[in-house]
Amino acid sequence: MNNVFVYIETEGTQVAEVSQELLTKGRKLADQLDVELHAVVAGTGIKGKVEDQILPYGVDKLFAFDGEGLFPYTSAPHTDILVNLFKEEQPQICLMGATVIGRDLGPRVSSSLTSGLTADCTQLEIGDFDDVKTKKHYDNLLYQIRPAFGGNIVATIVNPDHRPQMATVRSGVMQKAIYEGKAKNEVVYPEVSKYVSPEAYVVKVLDHHVEAAKHNLKGSPIVVAGGYGMGSKEGFDMLFELAKVLHGEVGASRAAVDAGFCDMYIACGISGQIQHIAGMQDSKIIISVNSDPDAPINKIADYVIVGTVEEVVPKLIKYYKQNSK
Amino acid sequence: MTKPLKIVVLAKQVPDTRNVGKDAMTPEGTVNRAALPAIFNPEDLNALEQALRLKEQHPGSTVGVLTMGPPRAGEIIRQGLFRGADTGWLLTDRLFAGADTLATSYALATAIKKIGDVDIVIGGRQAIDGDTAQVGPQVAQKLGLNQVTYAEEILKIENNIATIRRHIDGGVETVEVPLPCVITVNGSAAPCRPCNAKLVMKYKYAMCPLEVDANSECGIRNAELSKSRPYLTLNQWSVADVDGDPNQCGLSGSPTKVKTVQNIVFQAKESKTLTASDADVEGLIKELLEEKIIG
Repeated sequence: MNNVFVYIETEGTQVAEVSQELLTKGRKLADQLDVELHAVVAGTGIKGKVEDQILPYGVDKLFAFDGEGLFPYTSAPHTDILVNLFKEEQPQICLMGATVIGRDLGPRVSSSLTSGLTADCTQLEIGDFDDVKTKKHYDNLLYQIRPAFGGNIVATIVNPDHRPQMATVRSGVMQKAIYEGKAKNEVVYPEVSKYVSPEAYVVKVLDHHVEAAKHNLKGSPIVVAGGYGMGSKEGFDMLFELAKVLHGEVGASRAAVDAGFCDMYIACGISGQIQHIAGMQDSKIIISVNSDPDAPINKIADYVIVGTVEEVVPKLIKYYKQNSK
Repeated sequence: MTKPLKIVVLAKQVPDTRNVGKDAMTPEGTVNRAALPAIFNPEDLNALEQALRLKEQHPGSTVGVLTMGPPRAGEIIRQGLFRGADTGWLLTDRLFAGADTLATSYALATAIKKIGDVDIVIGGRQAIDGDTAQVGPQVAQKLGLNQVTYAEEILKIENNIATIRRHIDGGVETVEVPLPCVITVNGSAAPCRPCNAKLVMKYKYAMCPLEVDANSECGIRNAELSKSRPYLTLNQWSVADVDGDPNQCGLSGSPTKVKTVQNIVFQAKESKTLTASDADVEGLIKELLEEKIIG
């Protein structure tokens, strides 16, 4: 009862990285609340194949649902599993990836349980809350912190009276780490049919095709990003060249945001809408190339080069080549 | 074999957060809503297009636009009618105000029940003012319907089964779902057709009763014309009109509460501002190399 749950997403028998990142975050929250970290995974043929990808992140108990029709993911069976499991387990917190699956599943589950859900959180913390209207005080709520209004503000959301407190988080926002402490590492394999009604398998996946990502921005310490200010395809070609010489990756704004953080982030012709900034603010070094000296992004940049992308990027390439060994 | 479909498009009027200009924030750092134009949520337009295509493929089908908001959100219904929708409903009531996604979904689901016998509920994946993508699945759950999110194209509907291509992380998927169902449409789907000039002429003065300002030219025209043209009076529903439970609407029906809202204060760093001159760019590269930020 009252534990922290993380929904584990899989592609076949491969556990999604975002789920591992959330386990690490979930472990911290569970330690702070002095409760257990539980994980739930559902798939087909996963028994014996996913446990090692889940337990080392500090999981006290893993509920592994293995059955036909649970992969590829469809909404209803996975919803049934979570809703019925949560009715038994009464978790206080449930985290899932802000992925296509998490954003399909989370709202369905939250609506079934009439619990609050906050999408795309960038920070999760534990704290108190005083409701000014009801004068009620709440201890140890989950602060679900996210950019809102197109990223122009940051809102802290709480769910005072409904459980579980649910939140989704994008890939790369939290960092995964093998748990150094002691966790119980218990695994149970519940009977799927006790949780999922036969009618739930009504949506048929005819074709499921996933390509390994061409560019793994998360693994790239240097990201070169181009915005609307780039204008032309030639402009982007230049960015690819710069990324190549620096051994980095090119990311269009959104993908770079999703990537979370990197060692160096070169923003070319990006004015800096704030959802963008929320994504790359934690990069160690930010360089902004922009002809507008007042572009919002410049305020969080370490270096601002005032000039056009066409002018500056070739010079960056040229002087890098000249000065690196 | 094609049978007529009753389609409801969920659409939201949103501030255009994509084009946040310098005047979008007040000097105090709060959002200046007045500086942001109110627009048809972009992915809801993608959804409208899918609905209109289905209407063309399945003769006799109807498309209605359902929106919730203040009276001025009647504009969303007009924009739908201009593009080929047959009707629309505006949910407007102070009791709806302050709704989070769950209370919004409750209100929309209640209205859809009131509309009745709907084959397809279709909306954008998410709205640009919240980016939550929660309302579609929550409406589906409240109605007990199957859902397909992130749809890119409805490939066909046959024997009451929709075949849909959808976006997934790192790929695509094709799924079959029996009707009735809820579909949310991704921005990568086909863009919406433009307004049709004849329809603009026809519905230019269509208004919800609460929108009618007796002193404005549009209001006067609406009052004159709607007597002989009842289609110029758009449907407007309150909580009571849809037999809604006020406790599940608006702020009181919202499990999530906003604790604090902070304006994004840029964690302003000590920026070094450089020119595009060769000396400055070369100096920067040398500095980055010396600090081993690049190798």
